[in-house]
Amino acid sequence: MKTKLECKEVKVFYKDFQALHGIDMDIFENRVTALIGPSGCGKSTFLRTINRLNELIEGTRTEGEIYLDEKNIYSNEIDVVALRKKVGMVFQKPSVFPMSIYENIAYGPKIHGIKNKGKLDSIVEKSLVAANLWQEVKDRIHKPAAGLSGGQQQRLVIARVLAVEPEVILMDEPASALDPISTSKLEELIGELKKQYTIVIVTHNMQQAARVSDFTGFFLNGFLIEYSKTNDLFVNPHDKKTEDYITGRFG
Amino acid sequence: MKKNKLSEGLVEILLRISAGASVLAIIIITVFIFYKGIPLIAKVGIIDFLFNLKWVPTNGSFGIGAMVIGSLAVTFCSLVWSVPLGIMTAILMAEIAPPKLADVLARFVELLAGIPSVVYGFFGLIVIVPFIRNHLGGVGLSVLAGAIVLGIMILPTIINISRDAILAIPKEYKENSLALGATHYQSIFRVILPAASSGIITAIVLGLGRAIGETMAVLMVTGNAAVLPDSLLAPVRTMTSNIVLEMGYAAGDHQAALFATGTVLFIFIVILNLAVSISMKAGTENGN
Repeated sequence: MKTKLECKEVKVFYKDFQALHGIDMDIFENRVTALIGPSGCGKSTFLRTINRLNELIEGTRTEGEIYLDEKNIYSNEIDVVALRKKVGMVFQKPSVFPMSIYENIAYGPKIHGIKNKGKLDSIVEKSLVAANLWQEVKDRIHKPAAGLSGGQQQRLVIARVLAVEPEVILMDEPASALDPISTSKLEELIGELKKQYTIVIVTHNMQQAARVSDFTGFFLNGFLIEYSKTNDLFVNPHDKKTEDYITGRFG
Repeated sequence: MKKNKLSEGLVEILLRISAGASVLAIIIITVFIFYKGIPLIAKVGIIDFLFNLKWVPTNGSFGIGAMVIGSLAVTFCSLVWSVPLGIMTAILMAEIAPPKLADVLARFVELLAGIPSVVYGFFGLIVIVPFIRNHLGGVGLSVLAGAIVLGIMILPTIINISRDAILAIPKEYKENSLALGATHYQSIFRVILPAASSGIITAIVLGLGRAIGETMAVLMVTGNAAVLPDSLLAPVRTMTSNIVLEMGYAAGDHQAALFATGTVLFIFIVILNLAVSISMKAGTENGN
């Protein structure tokens, strides 16, 4: 099992408020790592340190190091644009751009310089197939993406991420706006994607974490309380706080 | 209890009267303009009235062709430079400038919108017209002078409405685009602006409406010769100026011809308003 991401003493501050207190965490290649914890515990903030998206919010400061394939993404030489190409992200609410299905997927490859129509066509098809959406939309890929259902939109967003060929995919509560059927399709998809990608998923839903992930980290008040194999964490938690949370005593 | 009900009823009646009065005013004005203008258009013939370039009212020749083209020329030339400038400013204010600078800019734009048009005209007459005369030739009173003054006047409309359209785009679009490895500028030009396009088109059409209807400033700087302009430096008369210039002494058919000019302007504005509502409707259908 190869370490894909090595996080060392990661701290995040919003102005005077410290949102993360020295997170140390190794994330493994071709595994699904789930981050759980109550609202406001810092799990989404941590997720957004991995593609440096926290920087969009004014007054945010990040300390510590995160090594992606042994390169520190917080060093000055790192090109944030190239980093975000390698580390894709799926957000809580599917946000399709107001353009066609095809254009949504081709957007990423186009901004990264691919102009050849045939190549774009094949990327679009491959990405939609990989996101389990091709069969449902192949007859209307030039129609507006806004016409898709919520679950389809979320898979479209995943296809859009896959189209730029990332290595790591971050998912921030990707199923929280979906119905149960769409959710199970999404979970199935996550299981397939991990063969090729390293996935980090934030979720509110502990059953979901148990179903989809290999490793689970439990966050509370900006600290990583416990991090281990998903099975161990849920069956045999070492920390009293973890146990209280997963047995539903707070949250 | 009873007193409350009574006063509520009174308020409602008052509101109804106010709303009714404004609607009635619009209807009366519309009917009056058409009533005064249409007979002359019918008499001259609509084609002749709109396209004949000879405006010699004392001789019974009523063709507003030169003025229609004059209005369109001045308006078009003003849009050519103010639309790109306005949209760029809107992008700067909505996306790039730090909030404090954007706030300062917004105040300046508000100020620009509040200046009376006669002041713009005066500025044009004192500064722009002599500048054109001295550096570019001609008498200075020209299409170009009108286009410059009008462009400045419609900038606030274009900037404010475009900026609001850009600010209304969900921030998720930008986050998603950046997360895909796009730069800030790629996100602006490839996702945010296309998403805001119906709002931006609305801004342009409203600016266009304002430009075509503007009278005083244009009257002061364009020279007002009722002939077809042959260059940017030639004097020109717009439809609005035509009405103002001659209404003082016009009578009979001449006066009716001025009302007919007003009718044509009125129809222009109605068409523009329709275009705005169609573009806004297209925007909501796209899910913005």
